[in-house]
Amino acid sequence: MPEMLSYAFMRHAFVAAAVVAVVGGAVGYFLVLRGQTFAGHALAHVGFTGATGAVLAGIAPIWGLVFATVASGVGMGFMGEDLAQRDVAVGLILAFALGLGLLFLHFFTTSATQATTLLFGNVLAVSMHTVWVLTALSTASLLALAIVSRPLLFASLHPELAEAKGVSLVGYSVVFLAIVALATAECVQIVGVLLVFALMVGPAAAAQRLTRSVATGVLLSAVLALVEAWAGIVLAYYSNWPSSFWITALSVSIYVLVSLRRPAGGPLAASAS
Amino acid sequence: MNAVELREVSLVMGGRAVLSDISLDIRTGELLGVLGPNGSGKTTLMRAILGLVPVQRGTITVLGQRATRGNPAVGYMPQMRQMPHGIRLSGQDFVASAVNGYRLGLPVVNRDTRAQVARALERVGAQELAARPLSEMSGGERQRLLLAQALLGNPRLLLLDEPLISLDPSRQQEIVTLAKSLCTDLGITVLFSAHDVNVLLGAIDRVMYLGNGQAAIGTVDDVITAPVLSRLYGSEIQVVRVQGRIFVMSGNCCAEADEHLHDSHSPSINEPRKTHSHHA
Ligand SMILES: Nc1ncnc2c1ncn2[C@@H]1O[C@H](COP(=O)(O)OP(=O)(O)OP(=O)(O)O)[C@@H](O)[C@H]1O
Ligand SMILES: [Mg+2]
Repeated sequence: MPEMLSYAFMRHAFVAAAVVAVVGGAVGYFLVLRGQTFAGHALAHVGFTGATGAVLAGIAPIWGLVFATVASGVGMGFMGEDLAQRDVAVGLILAFALGLGLLFLHFFTTSATQATTLLFGNVLAVSMHTVWVLTALSTASLLALAIVSRPLLFASLHPELAEAKGVSLVGYSVVFLAIVALATAECVQIVGVLLVFALMVGPAAAAQRLTRSVATGVLLSAVLALVEAWAGIVLAYYSNWPSSFWITALSVSIYVLVSLRRPAGGPLAASAS
Repeated sequence: MNAVELREVSLVMGGRAVLSDISLDIRTGELLGVLGPNGSGKTTLMRAILGLVPVQRGTITVLGQRATRGNPAVGYMPQMRQMPHGIRLSGQDFVASAVNGYRLGLPVVNRDTRAQVARALERVGAQELAARPLSEMSGGERQRLLLAQALLGNPRLLLLDEPLISLDPSRQQEIVTLAKSLCTDLGITVLFSAHDVNVLLGAIDRVMYLGNGQAAIGTVDDVITAPVLSRLYGSEIQVVRVQGRIFVMSGNCCAEADEHLHDSHSPSINEPRKTHSHHA
């Protein structure tokens, strides 16, 4: 263990993964609770377009990512609160963004590695500068989530009542998706556009199956994401296989294990209808 | 003072007039049955009282103030209950999320919140649901949680939109009795919408019947009569009373086909179309 920590890139990887995993886990909990995982998935893909666009424009990809995801998240939030409407809005934005991404790729001259990194992430290639950027973004998204979490939860679980009590459903939908977008942009740095589900949805869905209270659920989700990310890095170090593969494999395995777990057969389970 | 006053109120939904030029008073502390066929505007009226539906003309006064969103003195149990699917939160956390839910910050469930939730759950006899996960509850059990949630914050006006839906007859009676006790013990004004007046008889003080864009309010004997209902339904209606139960029947056949399944356990007949399904 200490040996692998002697490498700067490994230290960066651990710090970056920790910072991002905690955000992904916490934000993911609400994403799963609200049944908006499709939005999370789509935002990540939109991020690809943003990043390729940024590369073409000669800006650091992460800012293109952040801009594209946040703009799309806000757009999705405004387009529909109604469930069916929401999925259509997400799908349309996704299709448009991917089309645009294809166009950008058409003009792409840099090496294919950059595109691969965007798609699948490479936490072992994170620079010190990126670690700082990620820390700042994480702090911002966690802070925003902490500020809105109570009304967000209210609006998610009791929408009609929340509306009657003066909570703006659309407003919180927009704010939340902006936070999701930020978190997505961060997760892309670790696991890439295609595998954001592994950090945002896997741990959160597993945590929701294991807990009955919001506070423990969010905490467990963050912890699971952190453990999966770190274990993935360690496994990648020893196996020389891609870290994103390991993180994804762990995320899926843990979710499957948790789902297979029979509800303890106690009186609570027996009384379920 | 009246709990709710409507003055020449017209409500429009999706370009269609739902209620036209309604003026009526809902008295403080009364249990008011809200009846009417599907689409007659029961839900719309409640949402207008909550300030969620704009009033096209006229004014609605709620507890002395103009109807506006976010009035903490109004409790609400919505009819459209899109229960989040497969959520394993405990009943306690589910209800607790509605305590001061509009405030910014972390959704911390502190001792005070827990006490409020416990009181509300006890009030509706749902203490045993506090620890159970939502995903493992029956429809009727979730309904109790929603009723408990409507009682949070000690409302003075309670709007219950079809709280009897999907409940078995004995549970229905329990909810009606509970609503009655809220009126008599706590002095809360309760609007209680339903499709069968019989389950409400004996508990409600008065009834408001909606139909055809109009409304009639008064005692059951004054409102549920052939002339009044014929006007509200816009067709010939007969009202028959048998052994203290009220049967509302229409002359023309099968005007409306769908019916609320939840009423099917109940042997009584309230709305015209049910007469036919019963005889069929
Ligand atoms: N969002 C909406 N857009 C357009 N029209 C609507 C909307 N919601 C309700 N309406 C219309 O308003 C009218 C009144 O509907 P409302 O839901 O208030 O009836 P209701 O008496 O509660 O019926 P039910 O017994 O089925 O619950 C109906 O004609 C309905 O079609
Ligand atoms: Mg209704």
